Amino acid sequence: MSNAPTTAPAPTAPPPVEKIRIKVDGREIDVPKMMPDWQGKLVPTTMLQACQIAAQEVPHYCYHPKLPIAGNCRMCLVEFGTPVMDPATKKPVVNEDGSPKIARSVLPYEPGTPRGAIACATPISPGMEIYPSSPATKQMREAVLESLLINHPLDCPICDQAGECKLQEYSVQHGQAASRFVEPKVHKPKAVDLGPRIVLDDERCVLCTRCIRFTRDVAGDDALGIVNRGSYNTISAAPGKQFDNNYTLNTVDICPVGALTSKDFRFKMRVWFLKETKSVCTSCSTGCNITIGSRENVIHRYEPRDNDAVNASWMCDAGRLNYTWVGRADRLQEVRVRGERSTWPVALAQITEHLRQAAEGSVAIIASARQTTEELYLLRRLAVRLGAITDAVEREGEADRLLVSADRNPNSQGARLTGIAYTEIGISIPTIADGIRAGRIRTLVVFGEDVTKVGIDAALLAKVETLIVSDILPNATTAAAHYLLPGCAHAEKRGTFINGKGRVQKFMKAVEPRGDARPEWEFLAEVAKALGTADGFTTIEGLFNRMASEVPALAGVEWSKLGDTGVTVPV
Amino acid sequence: MPQEHRLILKHADQPGYTPDIECYIRHGGYEALRKALATPGRDLPDGKKMSSREVIRDEVLKSGLRGRGGAGFSAGLKWSFVDRRSGKPIYLICNADESEPGTFKDRQILHKDPHQLVEGMIISCWANDVKLAYIYIRGEMPHGARLLNKALDEARAKGFLGKNILGSGADLEIHVHRGAGAYICGEETGLIESLEGKRPYPRIKPPYFPAVLGLYMCPTIVNNVETLCHVRHIVNMGGAEYAKLGTPNNTGTRIISLSGDVRKPGYFEVEVGKVTLGEVIYNESFGGGLKPGRTLKAIIPGGSSSKVLKAGEKFKLRKKGADGQMVAVDTDLLDLPYDFDSLQQAGTMSGSGAVIVMDDTREIVDVLANVSEFYAHESCGQCTPCREGALWMSKALHRMTTGGGRSQDADYLLHIAQNIQGRTICAFGEAAAWPVLSFVKKFKDDFVARGKADEEARAKGMIPTAHH
Repeated sequence: MSNAPTTAPAPTAPPPVEKIRIKVDGREIDVPKMMPDWQGKLVPTTMLQACQIAAQEVPHYCYHPKLPIAGNCRMCLVEFGTPVMDPATKKPVVNEDGSPKIARSVLPYEPGTPRGAIACATPISPGMEIYPSSPATKQMREAVLESLLINHPLDCPICDQAGECKLQEYSVQHGQAASRFVEPKVHKPKAVDLGPRIVLDDERCVLCTRCIRFTRDVAGDDALGIVNRGSYNTISAAPGKQFDNNYTLNTVDICPVGALTSKDFRFKMRVWFLKETKSVCTSCSTGCNITIGSRENVIHRYEPRDNDAVNASWMCDAGRLNYTWVGRADRLQEVRVRGERSTWPVALAQITEHLRQAAEGSVAIIASARQTTEELYLLRRLAVRLGAITDAVEREGEADRLLVSADRNPNSQGARLTGIAYTEIGISIPTIADGIRAGRIRTLVVFGEDVTKVGIDAALLAKVETLIVSDILPNATTAAAHYLLPGCAHAEKRGTFINGKGRVQKFMKAVEPRGDARPEWEFLAEVAKALGTADGFTTIEGLFNRMASEVPALAGVEWSKLGDTGVTVPV
Repeated sequence: MPQEHRLILKHADQPGYTPDIECYIRHGGYEALRKALATPGRDLPDGKKMSSREVIRDEVLKSGLRGRGGAGFSAGLKWSFVDRRSGKPIYLICNADESEPGTFKDRQILHKDPHQLVEGMIISCWANDVKLAYIYIRGEMPHGARLLNKALDEARAKGFLGKNILGSGADLEIHVHRGAGAYICGEETGLIESLEGKRPYPRIKPPYFPAVLGLYMCPTIVNNVETLCHVRHIVNMGGAEYAKLGTPNNTGTRIISLSGDVRKPGYFEVEVGKVTLGEVIYNESFGGGLKPGRTLKAIIPGGSSSKVLKAGEKFKLRKKGADGQMVAVDTDLLDLPYDFDSLQQAGTMSGSGAVIVMDDTREIVDVLANVSEFYAHESCGQCTPCREGALWMSKALHRMTTGGGRSQDADYLLHIAQNIQGRTICAFGEAAAWPVLSFVKKFKDDFVARGKADEEARAKGMIPTAHH
């Protein structure tokens, strides 16, 4: 399956990165001359990037590493200096102690007054000195914050952004306690319905234009703009138009203040109560990295998590809002054997014994490409032991130009690489149906799919002598199961998915499973061990590492090396 | 006795002079274009050859022509910054968005002698390999736009414009684009955005210097109407001869728009630096002095954004002494030569050449409130300090003019203005801050007195205190 070349090309050393020596707050540092811009193109390094390398935070509102630079908030103004050059010799002028003479930036028409440059857009030059902590820099920040707050409603106690608001944070870090403003404030529209998922409070807006740039330059939908002028500037959707593309909720994430809020999340939970869990979106094979925000076993939101190899800083609205099923009231919570409530030991013992006695070729396994790679691996081990035919279920939709993949399964590559399915997922299901029809297949194992929707209808399913089903939500297949094993949503367990491009990504557990539900890998490992086809695994780490040592495509990959953003394997 | 020196406006106000091409040609029009196109290349001492286009550009540089739009930057240098190796087309834009309060010079040219601008543009475009140019004209000048379009049609019909201009092989098309009434569209990068059909938010520099990344991200020259007209005369006279007009580093002529409390407001074309500010106001050739019984209070010397000058102010001007050494010369306000450098040394600027005179009947607080309201209304609102600060200052001044003044308002205003200047994307920040900074600093007593008077009136219950 892998198209990786059998002989790796001789490793060539990457070209040396050209560095520039500058000073940040008096500390000498070498920074790359060129660094990636918002599209990843190498351009001259900016003062802001250099300060980040020097671990000096430069506060900013409008700058976002994944958006074109606007330079409008002026929060990142910093005082700086450049070496004085002798106009005749073109050589640096030195002080008495031999150090280069630095000319601090001043207003050209008022040489006694320091002048700042916006760190987000000003390239560094050799010998430059940046003063992100100087009194002049601090004064400039104070002044910008004062300006941003004069017309702000100061309604933090009822603002959804409180706790993750840059206006709050910077006001504490860089602002001043009192405002001199004694004039009437500008009033602007409140609770503006921008679209099906977004509400805008124009009074809280700092007009950084991140939302405008995102939807225009990233999402490709020039839907937002500014109307009116000056202090009355107001963000607005085009008249008569809805802001309704599939990426609108990203503007809520990047809005540095409480102007844009999510209709789904607003007023539900104070953000400081949320537990944040690193996870992966399951809505398609792109595998956008997400952070699950939960509290007391209830998921309140998904947010995209930065991963340049996958989703940059974004995710689609459909994926983001696809979490409510985890908390559905009709979740399968009980182990059932032939319709009766049972227990894991009883059910697993019976299943193990049944499978042990099953004739070679009499078992078929239909897994789900929504399952974790580890679960698919264990099902494959069982299939090998039982001589079972396996497959998974294809799930196709329409792709878009940004993140949404046509393949709506999160782990199709996992199904392929573990050998559960062929390149064309689902190609063996008609064969399985024929086997049932002909009576050759008498035991059917189904994980996480409703096979009545893919050609094995209820009548055919009734011919199966032993139907072993694990799922999360009820469906026609779970209703027909002889053994029903409640499973876990990805948010209730750990594991990995392999995205369409071969990115192996792990996700962590955010909430506890419901009722009797157990992570599928746990009970599959027990069955596999009992049948002698796998070790007993008590940790996901051990299981993953064993799988990686057996699945060729995963050679050399270890759980501990996956990090937060995963590794890419050849697919 | 100082006199006007009319170069640009030579014919404009002559009886019978009409804006059509026949009249223009009868008065020597388009001869400069013929001369430019026929300019031979030049052999340089180092053996290199200067193309005929480079010769014209060199003449403009030698002429010392400085931009007449406001910044007074060398036109020849501006042209020299153009990226000619990018492989992209080079655009030229005539900035005819004359909007600075007090300025009404470009409209004289546009309304009375549009072909002079067209000829200046054609020469400038030819010299810079420009094949497509735009005239961005203020929306409030519909008549000017009509005249320009007519002039362009006439020039096209005569072969001065279009394909193969006068058989030279050079092509040029010029389009007139009308603005929609925003002051910020006069800022060159705001103008470019507007011309591209966008909201006229000025661009950040770096990286968007028009000479490299201008219109449609191509190298672009933006010149003022009057500046482009001068190119025609530089070609006619030769750069060196042109540079003899005016004073060193302040060459040529320029049109002053004089308004306010003078007997004869109007526009006057003078040699730069040959006329003093006092002469502009008092000389019978120009303003003819103040109205009877009035005394001078203040002068805004270069459009409403320039820093105000107070009657009686004295300055030290650096001048070359008899021995060639630079010496500081004490100079009274009214003896300031009206040029770029002297006004800069006086802490202000000649800007767009608009002189606004205020006599003793003017209340300084009210004047500043008026100026400030304009800038609050015209701030585009892109960047924080100007967006919030301009309206803040205007609101404070409005409060001061309606009985809500406080004795600390002078410092309050200075504080706001100081946090705007030098911190914005474009020079509008200065334009909004400088009037406040200069008025309040130079007339601080007026502001403090107004505030105190209001405080006392409120204490006596004479003014409601709703402002607080």
